[in-house]
Amino acid sequence: MSSNSSINLKEQFLNGIIKENTIFKLALSLCPSIAVTNNLKNGIFMGLAVLFVQVMVNLTISLLRKVIHPKVRLPIFMLVISGWVTVTQLMMAAFVPDVYAKVGLYIALIVAFASILARAEMFASKNSMLPSMADGLGMGVGFLFALTVISFFRELVGRGSLTVPTGLATQHVFTFVNTKPLLIMVLPAGGFLAVGILMAFFNWIDTRYMKKTAHASH
Amino acid sequence: MSNEFTKLFELIISASLINNFVFTRFLGLCIFFGVSKKMETAVGMSITFTSVMMISAALSWVIFTKLLVPLEITFLEIIVFIGIIAGLVQVSDTIMRKVSPDLYYKLGIYLALISTNCIILAVPLVNAGEKYTFIQSLAFGFGSGLGFALALIIMASIREKLELSDVPAPFRGLPMAFMITGLIALAFTGFSGLITL
Repeated sequence: MSSNSSINLKEQFLNGIIKENTIFKLALSLCPSIAVTNNLKNGIFMGLAVLFVQVMVNLTISLLRKVIHPKVRLPIFMLVISGWVTVTQLMMAAFVPDVYAKVGLYIALIVAFASILARAEMFASKNSMLPSMADGLGMGVGFLFALTVISFFRELVGRGSLTVPTGLATQHVFTFVNTKPLLIMVLPAGGFLAVGILMAFFNWIDTRYMKKTAHASH
Repeated sequence: MSNEFTKLFELIISASLINNFVFTRFLGLCIFFGVSKKMETAVGMSITFTSVMMISAALSWVIFTKLLVPLEITFLEIIVFIGIIAGLVQVSDTIMRKVSPDLYYKLGIYLALISTNCIILAVPLVNAGEKYTFIQSLAFGFGSGLGFALALIIMASIREKLELSDVPAPFRGLPMAFMITGLIALAFTGFSGLITL
């Protein structure tokens, strides 16, 4: 779709947020989207961790793309990814220990994200530094956006409150409903239901929007 | 001795039903939604996954306790485990192709998908985190594989029926699969408290 010669930085950035949103459109890397999203704060920090890994991996791969022999590229990509994930893991354990205690296993599992490997293989290994970073940033922000929406929805409906991080170790809990909220939404089962509903919602918007543009072109 | 055996049995039950990887820990979802459309692929996938999980649990236990712990480099666990799994997949791919081309023809494509899958990587990570013994690690790998197989087969049988039903347009495909998984997960919550470890 995008020609290799002139890649628009802004377009590449927006691509990851809207057109190829990892969770809602590509349905990849779904595990954390449900596992850590019963609380807005955890969702945001998980999204930030993925954003960081994605940008750094894309940057490293695009810098090394001329050195890496094509035959051994996949093991090297995995090595770069797991290196950056380890860095993220250690940083989170040091700076946000309370979040890390809850999402630790899923941070380690960022290694196995198909989306990160896919961007390294399809984009960063063929493009120079800046477009690769824009691509990583877009993909990461798209992921962060999806996690934020899901956890916002789940915590609001399931607990009637929102946990907003105000700093690394501080947070503010807004409580909106004091009566019994819909507890199922913060349970594991609710995670699947929430993602299902949100996906359907995005599909619905998509079809409506597409109908509109098709109508306008007539 | 019998006490030991009961413990192992409890571990298997807990890994497969109570803490089912798919329904309560949300791992392996990409594969879960990707291959649960047909019963045949679901069964093939389950067999491959369970065996790879057990072998990788055993291998990584040995390397973790005999190499990483004495050298005090346990923070490298992610890199090492990924390496073990990728190597293991490559080796079993080669062996299967030579020894049993028939089996390779049936299960080979799933093998390639395994190396970057979170559910496989999670087994050694949890084993290392919980400090299980060798036998316990094996039991955990087996239980998790069994749980994944159960999840895949339930889902495949439902989705085969779903093909014929009338689903509202925005929910067609993945969203509906998510809703169904949510309902199954709700049923699986009933297993919690079955046994306490």
